[in-house]
Amino acid sequence: MMLDRPQHLPLVADPAPANTVWRATSETRLSRVARIAGLAALAGLILLPAIAPRTLLQDLFFVFTILTLAQLWNVLAGWGGLVSVGQQAFVGLGAYVLFAAIGLGSLDPVSSIAIAAVATAIIAALIGPLLFRLEGPYFAIGSWVAAESLRLVCAQFKSLGGGTGMSLQSSVYSSLPGLKSVQNLFGVRPAIARDIVLYWIALAIVVVVMLAIYRFVKSRHGLALAASRDNDRAAGSVGVRTDRIRFALWVAVAGMTGAIGALAYLQKARISPDAAFSVTDWTAYVLFVVIIGGVRTIEGPVVGVMILWGLIFYLSQYGSLYLLVLGVIAILVMLFMPKGIWGAASHRWNVQLFPTQRRLFRNAYH
Amino acid sequence: MTILLRASALDAFYGDFQALFGVNFQIARGEIVAVIGANGAGKSTLLKSIAGLIDNRHDALRWGDEAIGDRPAAEVVRLGIALVPEGRQLFPSLTVEENLLVGAYCGLRSAPWDLTSVYDAFPVLRERRDSRVTVLSGGQQQMVAIGRALMSNPTLLLCDEISLGLAPIVVEDIYRMLARIRDGGTAVVVVEQDIVRALKSADRFYCLQEGRIRLSGTPSEADSDTITAAYFGT
Amino acid sequence: MMDWLDVATQGILLGGVYALFALGLSLVFGIMRLVNLAHGDLIVLAAYFVLFTSSMAGLPLGVATALAIAAMFVLGYLLQRFVLERVLGDEIMPPLLVTFGLSVIVQNALLLTFGADSRRLQAGAFETGSVSLAPALKVGLAPLTTLVAAVIVIALLQLLFYKTSIGRAFRATADNPEIAQLMGINQRRIFAIAVGISLAVSVVAAVSLGVRANFDPSIGPARLLYAFEAVIIGGLGSLWGTLAGGMVVGIAQTIGARINPEWQILAGHLAFLAVLMIKPRGLFPGAGHDAR
Repeated sequence: MMLDRPQHLPLVADPAPANTVWRATSETRLSRVARIAGLAALAGLILLPAIAPRTLLQDLFFVFTILTLAQLWNVLAGWGGLVSVGQQAFVGLGAYVLFAAIGLGSLDPVSSIAIAAVATAIIAALIGPLLFRLEGPYFAIGSWVAAESLRLVCAQFKSLGGGTGMSLQSSVYSSLPGLKSVQNLFGVRPAIARDIVLYWIALAIVVVVMLAIYRFVKSRHGLALAASRDNDRAAGSVGVRTDRIRFALWVAVAGMTGAIGALAYLQKARISPDAAFSVTDWTAYVLFVVIIGGVRTIEGPVVGVMILWGLIFYLSQYGSLYLLVLGVIAILVMLFMPKGIWGAASHRWNVQLFPTQRRLFRNAYH
Repeated sequence: MTILLRASALDAFYGDFQALFGVNFQIARGEIVAVIGANGAGKSTLLKSIAGLIDNRHDALRWGDEAIGDRPAAEVVRLGIALVPEGRQLFPSLTVEENLLVGAYCGLRSAPWDLTSVYDAFPVLRERRDSRVTVLSGGQQQMVAIGRALMSNPTLLLCDEISLGLAPIVVEDIYRMLARIRDGGTAVVVVEQDIVRALKSADRFYCLQEGRIRLSGTPSEADSDTITAAYFGT
Repeated sequence: MMDWLDVATQGILLGGVYALFALGLSLVFGIMRLVNLAHGDLIVLAAYFVLFTSSMAGLPLGVATALAIAAMFVLGYLLQRFVLERVLGDEIMPPLLVTFGLSVIVQNALLLTFGADSRRLQAGAFETGSVSLAPALKVGLAPLTTLVAAVIVIALLQLLFYKTSIGRAFRATADNPEIAQLMGINQRRIFAIAVGISLAVSVVAAVSLGVRANFDPSIGPARLLYAFEAVIIGGLGSLWGTLAGGMVVGIAQTIGARINPEWQILAGHLAFLAVLMIKPRGLFPGAGHDAR
């Protein structure tokens, strides 16, 4: 197989001297093919609303939001070592900030999403130092306590529906950007046009988040984090303060998680504390998607979310059976395929679409 | 003399790293055998291999007629092999007496060594039986470590660097103790970096260098130049 | 004045329940550094086991409890040998994720089997009986028994840890697993027994839960969190500290509930976060065998 032949990609920015023999690269020919295929798939997804039924768009909206959350959790836990089971805190917070901004502040939906992201990041920055006092595995339960506390606090806001929640009025969506054009272009009702616009926003976010994570894990900071997972002192000795990177990562991931929460509940149009802070909906799915697909890979969550979608599609008629099945699959994968389905496949056939491991290659033609 | 334990063509690995190469070694009932060598020569690896902390080829180690190379540590101790590990490695949250009692966890043999006889051998430990081991002096800690190993009433006692960091007078005491243990019929392997100390008490010795046996014999027949050459590989 | 005494009494009694929830969690963390995210759901599973064997199959509550203790011990033993053992290691993520998966599985299996309805264990007059500790200070028989049970369980565990050979083996393994093997201690067996005991203890918690209050398949994670708060507030590795931690959570919740019933749970969480802020290593750090 010739798939792994490297492309020329010098490690340093200035031109390599002619006698350079070794280069580090993470790019492969396959990853270049994948990039072209990915761009084609992206174009297809952008154009999909022209032909797809509304239910498919809603399904894909769900897939994109869960995929984004999975990618975010993967970078937080997999690369950052911050194994949180309380990310529903930020989904719920983002959603509540959006409802507050729209319902109480009369802002438009898109600015409300941005505000939700910023507010969530700020709250994450405030509770971060407290949670970071909990060592290793206790951080996980601590993050869960924080999420529960925030749920209970949100339930106290009577103006936002208290414990029972509230709904958005459909007039809110009239200020969604591009709504009128979509209505005219596709000749659809406003409700469908709204789904199409929200679908595009979710698609845009998942693409941007994946590319950003890809860039981050290949950056100096990402590598330092990966190194510190193995050996904290080694990372410290190359002059990188991994605790600061970790904190920044925590805040950034929380902010983006908040944006997704806001978007998801903008689409649902109805919020309640129990739903918005649900461990099952916003953390169990996400963790299982990452575990099943493959921790510490960009491709893994994509594989995982497809499996999740399939299970929900075929099993949701049997109540919560799909969750049980999902849990069993996740545990079996952890036991017998610790790198996940994608991780195992990628190892077996030596394939990486988003190569994150650098390799050294001898430079044959200098 | 009955050979208790025999290592033949023993290779030992830590992951991909090979620490011992074709080591042949044997020890008989009632002898003290010293294993000397520089840092990293493979002395501790040899003891860990025998004690079962490192997994080896099935027949690389024989206990009498039994091949025990792949036995886990928890089973090896039941055969009658006890290790006093390097750095003593006592259980810090246990008292002196509890450390000793853990040594008798298997409970297969209770003579000659039990709490009373260990306290008789190391009277200072009796006074400090209820102290946490962390507050003991280095010499006292070493006594607990040896006592803990004796509590399993081993036929073969493996001692890894037991003189390290101790005052010479304490070291003398401990070696006198080892001689008594040997005289009681137990075979003793001492691993030391201190050649003089080790050879003074040993009946036989092996010298390891970079994972291979370079020299073996009795202390009386080996002159210091030969040993130095085998030790440093010059 | 009497009201505060009442709050303190109720809080302390509630703390007994939370301590019972927490003991199993504290135990496995102390011995094998395992954080079992399924702990709360396993307590609920035990409650359903007792419910099934007593209310449905007609056994007396005591017999059903004894049966459940044996069954949960075996479950814990097998769980460790066939599942958890494979993922315990230097990395913290695998055991966390496996126990999280287990939590979801247990929860949904109970939901599919018994439905979402609230249940309660029938304990006759015991449920509603009360005793007067002082004039105007009545306490429920069930909560009082729970606290006594918590104290007895802790005392028994302390006895096990400090007075028996297997207890020394637990502590030695917690200190240094490799050296413990040199003593002939089979670490795999010791860990499996530890998880078994942890789940056996959780049966006591389950019965006290089921007699006092309604339960349904979804309440496990909340119990896990109370238990976790009790462990952290008390200081890792100290069983009596865990009891004290449970009482801090219990009193905080009782005070919160007096101010506004909706604030009960939140007050407990806030007390936990406050302790974390002021004393990150808990109120009694390093008591008992220390958790490194």
